[in-house]
Amino acid sequence: MDLTLFIWRQKGQQDKGRLDQYTARHISPDMSFLEMLDTVNEGLIAEGREPVAFDHDCREGICGMCSQVINGIPHGPQEKTTVCQLHMRHFRDGDTIYIEPWRAKAFPVIRDLIVDRSSLDRIIQSGGYASVHTGGVPDANAVLVPKQDVDIAMDAAECIGCGACVAACPNGAAMLFTAAKVTHLAMLPQGRVEAARRVCVMTEAMLREGFGNCSNHYECQAICPKGIKVSFIAKLNREYLKTFMGSPGCSTGE
Amino acid sequence: MILDGKSPAGPLAERWDRRRQELKLVNPANKRRYKILVVGTGLAGASAAATLGELGYTVEAFCFQDSPRRGHSIAAQGGINAAKNYPNDGDSIYRLFYDTVKGGDFRARESNVYRLAMLSNNIIDQCVAQGVPFARDYAGYLDNRSFGGAQVSRTFYARGQTGQQLLLGAYGALSRQIHAGTVRLYPRTEMLDLVVIKGQAKGITIRDLTTGAIRSHAGDAVCLCTGGYGNVFYLSTNAMGSNVTATYRAYKKGALFANPCFTQIHPTCIPVTGDHQSKLTLMSESLRNDGRVWVPKKKADERKPHEIPEDERDYFLERKYPSFGNLAPRDIASRAAKEVCDEGRGVGPGGRGVYLDFADAIQRLGKDKISERYGNLFEMYEKITAENAYERPMRIYPAPHYTMGGLWVDYNLQSNIPGLYVLGEANFSDHGANRLGASALMQGLADGYFIISYTIADYLARTGPGGASADHAEFLRSIGEVDAASKKLLSINGRRTVNDFHRELGRIMWEHVGMARGREGLELALKRIPELRGEFWSNVKVPGSGADLNQELEKAGRVADFLEFGEVMALDALLREESCGGHFRVEHQMPDGEAKRDDDNFCYVAAWEFRGIGKKPELHKEPLTFEHIPLATRSYK
Repeated sequence: MDLTLFIWRQKGQQDKGRLDQYTARHISPDMSFLEMLDTVNEGLIAEGREPVAFDHDCREGICGMCSQVINGIPHGPQEKTTVCQLHMRHFRDGDTIYIEPWRAKAFPVIRDLIVDRSSLDRIIQSGGYASVHTGGVPDANAVLVPKQDVDIAMDAAECIGCGACVAACPNGAAMLFTAAKVTHLAMLPQGRVEAARRVCVMTEAMLREGFGNCSNHYECQAICPKGIKVSFIAKLNREYLKTFMGSPGCSTGE
Repeated sequence: MILDGKSPAGPLAERWDRRRQELKLVNPANKRRYKILVVGTGLAGASAAATLGELGYTVEAFCFQDSPRRGHSIAAQGGINAAKNYPNDGDSIYRLFYDTVKGGDFRARESNVYRLAMLSNNIIDQCVAQGVPFARDYAGYLDNRSFGGAQVSRTFYARGQTGQQLLLGAYGALSRQIHAGTVRLYPRTEMLDLVVIKGQAKGITIRDLTTGAIRSHAGDAVCLCTGGYGNVFYLSTNAMGSNVTATYRAYKKGALFANPCFTQIHPTCIPVTGDHQSKLTLMSESLRNDGRVWVPKKKADERKPHEIPEDERDYFLERKYPSFGNLAPRDIASRAAKEVCDEGRGVGPGGRGVYLDFADAIQRLGKDKISERYGNLFEMYEKITAENAYERPMRIYPAPHYTMGGLWVDYNLQSNIPGLYVLGEANFSDHGANRLGASALMQGLADGYFIISYTIADYLARTGPGGASADHAEFLRSIGEVDAASKKLLSINGRRTVNDFHRELGRIMWEHVGMARGREGLELALKRIPELRGEFWSNVKVPGSGADLNQELEKAGRVADFLEFGEVMALDALLREESCGGHFRVEHQMPDGEAKRDDDNFCYVAAWEFRGIGKKPELHKEPLTFEHIPLATRSYK
């Protein structure tokens, strides 16, 4: 099939950027979306033009590197599917497709479709872990964990850190991302000990990085390629509120 | 030169303890004065950087991805082995050791493998403490599944995303150290050279992939945790960015490359659909627990799978290997699949596929149970093929997946260059000629969490801190060389794209240095690779400049290395006149088509020393001795 593409081109963070028009010819329905872009890029290089820069790596939907807004939807039209797992059979011959980078205050564009998501790493660095040193830990079966709890923890831990939730949110919030990590660790006895402090420092890091707040649009849940639920945001809020009732309270932060 | 692996002597179970006694320590107050450069942030790199940071060393960690959470370990699906023996089904450290040595077809070091089996249990404890949500039963205990090459259930798993969960655990530990200031992270940074001063590894030269800046980092030791070279085949289950560049450039600086021909072709991948294909997708081996592999008995059978009656199906793994059945090791299962397809009994487009059928398991356990175990894999399969594997069998075919070969290291994980350590898939040490399923995660984490911190201290304590600074002439020379190579690539302005060359190299490698290798094909590969390399350097087209983000330039550097490395691989395969594990020479097989090992002549590690581009590298040998497990023909029948 043949397609008309409008792709966001931007040289660097300081440039304005614009949508340029391209034609993709002889696209097989078995191609992935990124393989379609590979084909377009091969054509551009042959013509002596600069290929479109885009992030991608594992191409099996788990590394979280690919990040494109397709026709206004982060990761495109297929539910629970990353761009790299989206196949061209979901498009029709003659379609026009708009391809843009994640757009959020906390994700500056580096080039074309590539954005800087290090703000998400910094949220994790602030406290998104159980503070355990290597060695000196008990036997793995010493602490039992109810299966229901592990299942919820795993549902949350499946987050791939792609940032689509931020791109989909009208407020540019990273609540779903942060809530997933807060929930994952709060559900397990190993992470419970630091739960109060964690929710504080991670929430503060989130605001510091320029992410917005949640106002319950649920766009994040709708586009999340891993099906992370907004109920985790409620869990984050509960964990956050709890810190005001007993121990330190969030204002003390670090 | 005969290489010494520096394995400790004495009873197997005491060797690691004994070695740890001999190793020097670095005083806690002095640790911060030593700088360690860790390249790669997959399981091995992230766990090493985190652990070294916790101990107080000054660590710099580098990755080419935008975040350390994206190393390709993240894509490992099925699980991680450990000799916990929680199911009480007869497992032990010794049995895991035995299975791994046997699975590796007697081409790994006994001492290393035993240590790996011992540490496997610590890994599970560590990961649980980090909050890795391993699967559990209703009483809250950890659950296990079985995996290829073993008759016990020793594999711990987190749905079909075990690698992801383990990596996120290590990434958490690393993030904690970044926050604490012991580790400084350099994402979107690619190592392009190793700097060796007076015979010791003293730093690396990198390219900042965002700004294009080329600069050096000096350190007291370098740990390469940069994964394998499966992308030499172009199509593999590796991530698109996975490459041989870091290890290959260390090789060009004198590090020995061991057993490059030991590559693993994984039996359960989604078949190729066309020339546009950019990578192959693995379906976890754990699927073989409940899926049955078959093809029609009749050649070119056009019927749909459900129309083929039971007695016209050939469950060839169960038929040929009754005791292991569908769980035969990867190399054996892959070759068996290739064989039936070569006979014309393959299924799907092009006849390059076999069925992996869950109908029996669904009938026995119910769809819900299967979905709980493999739901995400079935979803992934459907996304790629538009077929529902609950209703019709999956189609699978072997694909390059893992590389057992890598830089040569001794028992301490140190290469032949003092101060250069190599961890995880990037080294050659533990899997011999074939890796068993769920053992890669185990090795990466054993190296990173529990080995390197002991062994590197010994070297550091002996050399003292602050040996080099980045204004040393060697660093300047290295920057000059890296810069010149970039400029050269950008200046060729030929007619073929980087991908085009990579694709052609991949075809040569898959055809002649792939699942079955013959003298004639290997010689042809050794002729065609240099020709292709010659054309690359005169006809490749790399657009843009080196002064900012340029993904084509990144790829070009990697493919340039693959074009040299492929030759070393083919040469190694040619000289190893035996079949063992993943290395199958058509001239050396049993009458029934099984691999025929030659222990009299090839029971050694082949370690290659760089002698110049296009020149024959020099072969060094490390003899392998088997004191505990007598050399025997592998049988899974």
